[in-house]
Amino acid sequence: MDAATARPGAVRLAPTWGQRLRGLRRGAWRLTRNEPPVMIGIVIMSIMVFLAIFGPTLARTEYTRVDPVNRLLAPSAQHWFGTDTSGRDVFDRTIAGARLSLIVAGSVTLITTVIGTSLALVIGYVRVLDNILMRAVDGLLSFPTILLALALIALLGSSVQNVIIALSITGTAGKIRLIRGAVLLLRETAYVDAARAMGARMPRVLFIHIAPNTLGLVMVQATFTLASAILAEASLSFLGAGTPEFIPSWGNIVGTGQGYVQVAFWIAFFPGLFLTVTVLAVVLIGDALRDYLDPKLRGRIEREQA
Amino acid sequence: MWAYIAQRVLTSIPVILIVGVVTFSLLYVAPGDPAAIIGGDEASPEQLEQIRHQLGFDQPYHIQLGRWFLRMLKGDLGTSIFSKREIRELMAPRLQPTISLGIQVIFLSALLGVSTGMLAAWKAGARLDRGLMLFAVLGFATPGFWLAFILIWGLAVNLRWFPVIGYSPIGDGIIKHLHSMFLPVLVNSVLASAFISRITRSAMLEVLREDYIRTARAKGLAEFRVFIRHAFRPAAIPVITVIGAAMASLATGFVVTERVFGIPGLGRMLVEAIARRDYPIIQALLMSVATFYILVNLVVDIVYAYVDPRIRY
Repeated sequence: MDAATARPGAVRLAPTWGQRLRGLRRGAWRLTRNEPPVMIGIVIMSIMVFLAIFGPTLARTEYTRVDPVNRLLAPSAQHWFGTDTSGRDVFDRTIAGARLSLIVAGSVTLITTVIGTSLALVIGYVRVLDNILMRAVDGLLSFPTILLALALIALLGSSVQNVIIALSITGTAGKIRLIRGAVLLLRETAYVDAARAMGARMPRVLFIHIAPNTLGLVMVQATFTLASAILAEASLSFLGAGTPEFIPSWGNIVGTGQGYVQVAFWIAFFPGLFLTVTVLAVVLIGDALRDYLDPKLRGRIEREQA
Repeated sequence: MWAYIAQRVLTSIPVILIVGVVTFSLLYVAPGDPAAIIGGDEASPEQLEQIRHQLGFDQPYHIQLGRWFLRMLKGDLGTSIFSKREIRELMAPRLQPTISLGIQVIFLSALLGVSTGMLAAWKAGARLDRGLMLFAVLGFATPGFWLAFILIWGLAVNLRWFPVIGYSPIGDGIIKHLHSMFLPVLVNSVLASAFISRITRSAMLEVLREDYIRTARAKGLAEFRVFIRHAFRPAAIPVITVIGAAMASLATGFVVTERVFGIPGLGRMLVEAIARRDYPIIQALLMSVATFYILVNLVVDIVYAYVDPRIRY
C-alpha cells in the first residue's frame, strides 16, 4: 500500500474505474457462458442491430413503394410478411422499423443515462440541492410517463427528434431518483469519509470514489431504460402522436394495421412480434445483469447450487 | 400515527404545486393565441384585446399562474378550445368507463399477481416457478396494444366470443357491460399482474428466510400454514405498495386500450384532445391524473405505515 507516500487526497481506497470495468467484463463473459437466456438475448439483439444497419440494403423493395394492385396480400414467398393496404411490403417496413426503434431508444438511453447520472451524483452529494431538486423530480414523476410525453409532443409537434426529446425528459427524472438513492448510501461509506479527511475535493470524491460504485446500477438501469424507451416510442407512434406516418415504426405500422384485423392480421402481427421479441431480449439481458450484480442475490444463487 | 399522516400530507403539497407549475407552463408556452381561437376569425384586434383582458392573458406569468391555481382549487378545469364547453362537463360522461376499467383491472391483476407470485415462491426453483417467472418477463416485454391485437384476432375475430370493438355502458345491463369490457380488462390485468407477481415472489422468498419461519416449521406446523399465516402477512406489505404503483402505470395501458377497443373513457378523450391540439383539455387531464396519482401514493404510504409500525418512527 502506497498510501503513506501518495499525495494527500490521492489515496484510492474504493475500487477504481479500472477494477470496476474489468470486473464487469469478466462478469459479462461468465454470464453469457452460463446463462442461456442471456445468450438468447444477445443473439436477438445482434440480429436487430444488424437489421438496423443493413435493413434498407436487404429490403427488396423501397418501403415507401406503393403497389395498389398487390394490396392486402397474405404472407408468401414473394412477400414474407404480406402486403399492407397500399401494397407496401410489410417485411421491408418491419426491417425499416428496427432502425428507427433502435435509434430512438438508443438516443433516449444515452441522454437519460449521461444527464441523469451526472445530476444524481451532484444532487445526492450536495444536501442543499437535494431538497429543492428532488421535489421537482417527485413532481415530474407524478405524471404517468406516456401522458407527459404525449403532452410534450402535442406542444412540440410530432417528429422523431421530438419523440427523443419528450422521452428523455420523462426518463431523466426516474433515473435521477434511482441513482441518487445509491449516492446517498455511498456518501456515508468509510472510504468516502477517508477520502474527504485526506482533503479530496468534491469533484474528485464524486468521480473517483462514488461514480465507479454506481456503475453496476447505472448499467442495469440503462438496459431497462432501453426496453421501456422501445415500448414508449412504439406506444406513442401507435397512438399517432409519435413517429410520423411516412417513417415506418413498429408502433405506427401496428397502429394502422390493427384496423384491418379481420382482413389482414399480418400487417400488425409481424411488426408487433419484432417489437415484443426485441424488448424481451433487452429485458433478459438486464435481468441477468441485475441478478449478477446484486451481491445479496448472487450469494443466494450460489448457495442454492451448492 | 397522526404525526406521520400530517407530515406525509405536508410533503405532498410542494409536489402538487410543482405538478401545477409544469402543467400550467405547458399551456403557457403552447403555440397559438387562445384569444384568437376563442374570438373566432371575424374578431377585430380591439375585440381580441378585450378577450385577452377579460381572461387575464395580458397579465404576467406569475399572476396568471396564481389565478389558474385558484380556479383549479375551486374545481374549475377550464373551457375546451374546440367545443367551447366546460371541461368538467365534457369529462363527466368519460369517467364511468375508465373507473369501471380501473376497478376491474386492479381487482383482477391483484388476484392474478398475488396468487401466481405465491405459487412461484411455494415451488421456488422448480419448473413451475421458472415458467411463471418467464410469464412475468413476457408480461413486461409485451406492448399492451399488440397483446390486445392478438386477443382480438384470436378471441373476437376467429372464435367470435367477444365483439371486435364496441362498448356497452353499465346502464345497458351489468352482464353486457362486463362482457364488452372483458378483453380490455384482461389485457391490462395480465400486463400489470406480471409485475405484482414478481414482487410477491421475491417478498415471500425474503420472509421465508427469517428465523421465525424456521421456528414455525420446527414446531411442526404444516408447510401450508407456515406459508399463509406466517410468511404471507409480512410479505403483503411490499405487495400493497406495488399494487399502488401499478395503478400509475395503468394510465398508459388505459390510453392505449381505450383506443384499441373503442371505449369512450378519459384516455380516449386525451388522445382526441392531442389530435386537435386542445391544450386546456390536455392540461386539465394531466393535472387531474397527476393529482390522483399523488393522492393514491399518499393513501398507500399511510396504509403502509399503519400495517408496518416500523415506518412511523
